[in-house]
Formats: sequence, C-alpha cells, structure tokens
Amino acid sequence: MSTETTPGTQTGSQPDSAMATHTAPNFWASVWLVATREIVSRLRSKAFLISTGILLLIAVGSVVAGGLMSANPSTTQVAVVGSAGAVVGESPGLTMVSADNVAAAEELVRDGTVEAAVIPSDSLLGVSVIALDSPPSSVMNALSVAPTVELLEPAEQGGFLVYIVALGFGLVFFMSALTFGSTIAQSVVEEKQTRVVEILMSAIPVRALLAGKVVGNSIMALGQIVAITLLVGIGMAVTGQRVLLADLGPAIGWFAVFFAFGFVMIAALFAATASMVSRQEDVGSTTAPVTYLVMIPYFLVIFFNDNPVVMAIMSYVPFSAPVGMPVRIFLGSAEWWEPVLALGILAVTTAEVIVVGSRIYRNSLLRMGGRVTIKQALRG
Amino acid sequence: MLEIRDINKHYGTHQVLTDVSFTVGAGRMTGFVGANGAGKTTSMRIILGVLSPDSGSVLLHGRPLSDGDRRRFGYMPEERGLYPKMKVAEQLVYLARLHGLTTSAAKRNASELLERLGLGERANDLVEALSLGNQQRAQIAAALVHDPEFLVLDEPFSGLDPIAVEVVLTVLKERAAAGAPVLFSSHQLDLVERLCDDLVIIAAGEIRANGSRERLRDQFSTPRFEIHTDADAGWIRGVTGITVIDFDGGEAVFEADSDAASQQVLREALTRGAVHSFGHLRPSLSTIFKEVVQ
Repeated sequence: MSTETTPGTQTGSQPDSAMATHTAPNFWASVWLVATREIVSRLRSKAFLISTGILLLIAVGSVVAGGLMSANPSTTQVAVVGSAGAVVGESPGLTMVSADNVAAAEELVRDGTVEAAVIPSDSLLGVSVIALDSPPSSVMNALSVAPTVELLEPAEQGGFLVYIVALGFGLVFFMSALTFGSTIAQSVVEEKQTRVVEILMSAIPVRALLAGKVVGNSIMALGQIVAITLLVGIGMAVTGQRVLLADLGPAIGWFAVFFAFGFVMIAALFAATASMVSRQEDVGSTTAPVTYLVMIPYFLVIFFNDNPVVMAIMSYVPFSAPVGMPVRIFLGSAEWWEPVLALGILAVTTAEVIVVGSRIYRNSLLRMGGRVTIKQALRG
Repeated sequence: MLEIRDINKHYGTHQVLTDVSFTVGAGRMTGFVGANGAGKTTSMRIILGVLSPDSGSVLLHGRPLSDGDRRRFGYMPEERGLYPKMKVAEQLVYLARLHGLTTSAAKRNASELLERLGLGERANDLVEALSLGNQQRAQIAAALVHDPEFLVLDEPFSGLDPIAVEVVLTVLKERAAAGAPVLFSSHQLDLVERLCDDLVIIAAGEIRANGSRERLRDQFSTPRFEIHTDADAGWIRGVTGITVIDFDGGEAVFEADSDAASQQVLREALTRGAVHSFGHLRPSLSTIFKEVVQ
C-alpha cells in the first residue's frame, strides 16, 4: 500500500488544519452531538413512530368524540297521539312522530321506530308514556318538571370533567416519562453492553454524555407533549369546545413547564440506575424503583383527584407535582404563587438528582459484569 | 512526549497500580507488556482520562493532560464495541465529531479510512450486519478516524485476522515515523520484540522494567556465547574460565568469566577448524519478561 494515501501522511502535510480541527472542545457542542444522535436513532425506530402515532390518534380521537357528543345532543323520537303532541312539543330533545291512535303508536314502539309513545291520559301531566321493556329515562326527563336550584358556592368544574382532566395529565405524564425514561435506560445499557462507552468516555466528558442523553430524550418527550397539546387545542377549537379550552389553557401551559423539569429528573434517574447493570435483560429490575416513582402519581391522581389535601401534597412533592399542580390550577384551588413555589422545589430537586445521578453514572459505566451496588456507585 | 508519573490506583482494598511511572517518547513505539491483571488496561484508561488515578499525573510535553489534548488521542480499548444499529460510516463520522472534527473533515476521513480498510462498499451497512473480520476493521477505523496525534492501543492485535494485523502495524509504524508517541499493549511478545523501540514491563501493578529494547537486552544479558564449528566442540569444557551450558556436536553454548576467556575459545576454535558463527547471546523479550516478572 502506498503511503501517499495514508491519513498519517496527510496529517503531516496539513498540520495546521489537523491541529485546528481538534482545538476548542466545547462542552455543549458535545452534549448537542450526543443529543442529536439520540433523537435521530429514535426517529428511525419504527416502534417509536408507530407508538407516537397511536398516542396522537388517541388524543385527537378523544377530543373529536367529546366534541361530537356535546355538539349533537341526541334527540329521542317519540310517537304522539292526539293532544299529547301539545305537551311533547314544548320539550327539547324529543322529536315527534304522529300516530293515528294508541294501537298504531304501540306498533311504532314495538318495531323500534320510536323510543316511546306519548298518549293523552287523565294523569296530572295530561299524558302517559308507553315503552317497550324499561322506563325511557330520556323521555321521562324531558317531560318531568324540575324545581329551580340555586347554588351558594358553585364548583368551578364539574366532577366528571375534573376526573377526565386529571386522568389526562396523569396518563400523559406517566406514558411520556415511562416511554422516554426507559428509552434512556436502554440506550445507556446498549452503550455499556456493546462496550462502545469506553471510546465515548475517552472522547468527551462523562457529564456531556449523560447531559446529551437527557437533553435528546427530553426534547423528544417535550415534542410529543407539545404535539399532543396542539392537537388537543386545535381539536377543541375546531369542534367548538372553546369554553373548555379557555379553562384548560393555563393548566396545560403549567403542565408543559413542570413536565420539562420533572422529566429531566426522571431521565437522570433512569440513566443512573440503568448504568448499574451491563445487560438489557437487567434494565427492568434495576429501573423498577424509578418506574414506581412515575406510576404512583398516576394512581394517586385517579383515586384522589377530588381530595383537596392529597392533591395539595401531590402538587408540592417533586415526583407528582407535574400532575398534581396542573390539576389544582384547573380546579382553581391553587393561589398564583403556588405553582411558582412548587416549580422552585422541583427545579432544586432536579439539580440535586442530576448531581447524584451523574456520580452514579460515572462510577458505574466501566464496571462490567454483575450489578453495581448503590454503595459502590456512590463511592466510586 | 507523554509522561506517566507516580500513578496510584486502588479498587476497594485492592491496590491495582503502585507508583507507576514511565514515558512514551515522541516517535517511539512503546510496548506495554504484562500478564492479565497486571494493570495495563487500568494504566491506559488513566492515560485517556476514562479513569481518575488516586494520585499521580499524566503529562504531555511537561503539562498535565487536558480534555482537549485527549481528543487528539487515538484509543482502542481492550473491550471492543460499536453501536450495532448504526451505519458504519455514520458511526465513524459521529466518533470523529465527538473528537472535535468538523462534519466535512469527519466525512472525508471516514470515507478515506473505510476505502483503505476495504470497507468502502460497506459504508452504509449497519455494524451488526458486518462479518466479524469487518467489524474489527470498523473498530480500527473508529480509533483512527479523527487523525489522532497520539496512539494508545490496548491489545490492538488480539482477535484480528492477518490482514487487519498488517493494517494496524502499518498505521502504528506510520504514526511513530511521523513523530507520534505510540503506546500499545500486547500478549504477543515476539511481535512486541520485533516492533518496539521501547518496552515497559508491568507486573502486579508495579513497573518492573522500562527502557529501550536494546538497553533492556543488554541489562538482562549474561556473558553467554554461542559457537558453531565444523569439529566436535567438546574441548571447550577444558578451557579455563568457561562453563558450558549446552553442547551438541559442533555447537555449544557457554558462559565466560571474562571477555578474554570467550576470545580464547574463538581463537582456539579457529585453529581446530572452520567457525561458522560465534556470538554473544542476548536474551529474548520473553526471557527478560519471565525473569522480571518472577
């Protein structure tokens, strides 16, 4: 082989350019390189693209379904006989089908053309109802007379809506944190298992490697959250649910901010715990405690979204704040300074977790074979 | 010049390195020899900054090695590996960029190196799709893709096929000839002996011998000579000041008390017949290694 084509000779012939390209290693440039690789390899994964697509479809689907249900309050068809039409005509939600006599009306009920038949009678209302096998609640509600109700302290949001919103925040946090957290864990172990990590460590500081992974996956997770938020927002606007959108807006905004910090913390924990093992098979068991930390807020918010004390505590505990605080903001039960304080607590905790996590990460990366104990990982 | 000075390192209660000091001179091919577990890999990891020593320092031209300096090192760890699900060329570009190269320089280097290693057509294959031999070549490319100015290679020849060994040898020689300090460890003592200008022998975490190959061979050589003659060499036993170590027909290996005694043997042999060879026996690296390590 001729030496003219060798890299060594080229270095010799252009010493200036070779030197120049190696100078000024920039920490954030390294972080960005690592983050870009994480993002690109994620975007190339079919499993990731498919699961993201499904998640977005669910988000859009639920908004559209909600919109259709509220936009088309279902009308019930009833058969009316004679003077009963005057009573039914005043009731919203009922569509009249005229019947010549009671027998014809009964026939319409039997063949399912109408939900019920309303016929004149001597009762207090002047009409009575014929139905097939059970009392038709929609018809009875439409024909009932309700007393006027005055609420002294009206709740800002209805109970069921609160439940759905709480479930939504809980589910999105849970899914995103778990999906991208375990992605980080796998990517850490992949580098360790394939031994490529030693080359990486010889090229860039370990902190840059960890930061790059966290940044890359946080961008992906936040991107997914933003995409869901935008789709839900647009969906609500298009389907005419602007009132709900205005109520939800601030809560969603705070959710994004809390999520950004909360996810970085979770990601650092996933990376640190994953670095303690050397095989993909062991990732699940070593990251299990972090998985519980992500799951607990989800279950708490499902069971206790109507319990102000639990929600107040949740909104300050760093692991559950990304779910707890937005729900309280939606409920209107949080003072203006509360999210700021909770965010401060979360940010400080996140910083501490990063310090401890990167220590574990650094001390564990080169220990191949068995599982590294927490004690070894912290002591180094 | 790369200088390793008084490095100590322990894991738990186990002292892995004790006051390890040696230098890798500019343009010197330095062989790093020791048994498994002697501390070679740990020393190399400390040089590369992958591990921190308990005490001691690594100096480059008299200054402590910085992260920036380390980017100009080419490192091949003993534990090989690349991203299995990344394309070969893409992976090389990524590694070159992590070492501080611009994208265009990284791409140029990667494609040149792949051509040179016969992997040009495999550039867009996933690493996991390559044969074992090609994966090894990709690994070599990974250590060299950023035009390193210094080379630290841990067992660079282990597991390589003969073609890959030749490539690595060529590159090592090139870099050393261009004035780069080259440090590599190997179990293949004959290879080290053939290649190296300098040797560092480590055992149980301590440097046992260290210096130029010739100096070490002189240092460990005994006054031992070998002679090859036509006639039966049995008479050598009778020469004063001579102890015969081995004897077979016209060939003999003997130790001489003095230069005069050995020259006396030569003179006498010439009077008895033709002398085909006569020489001072110097120890091979494996002999020195055994002696030093025990």
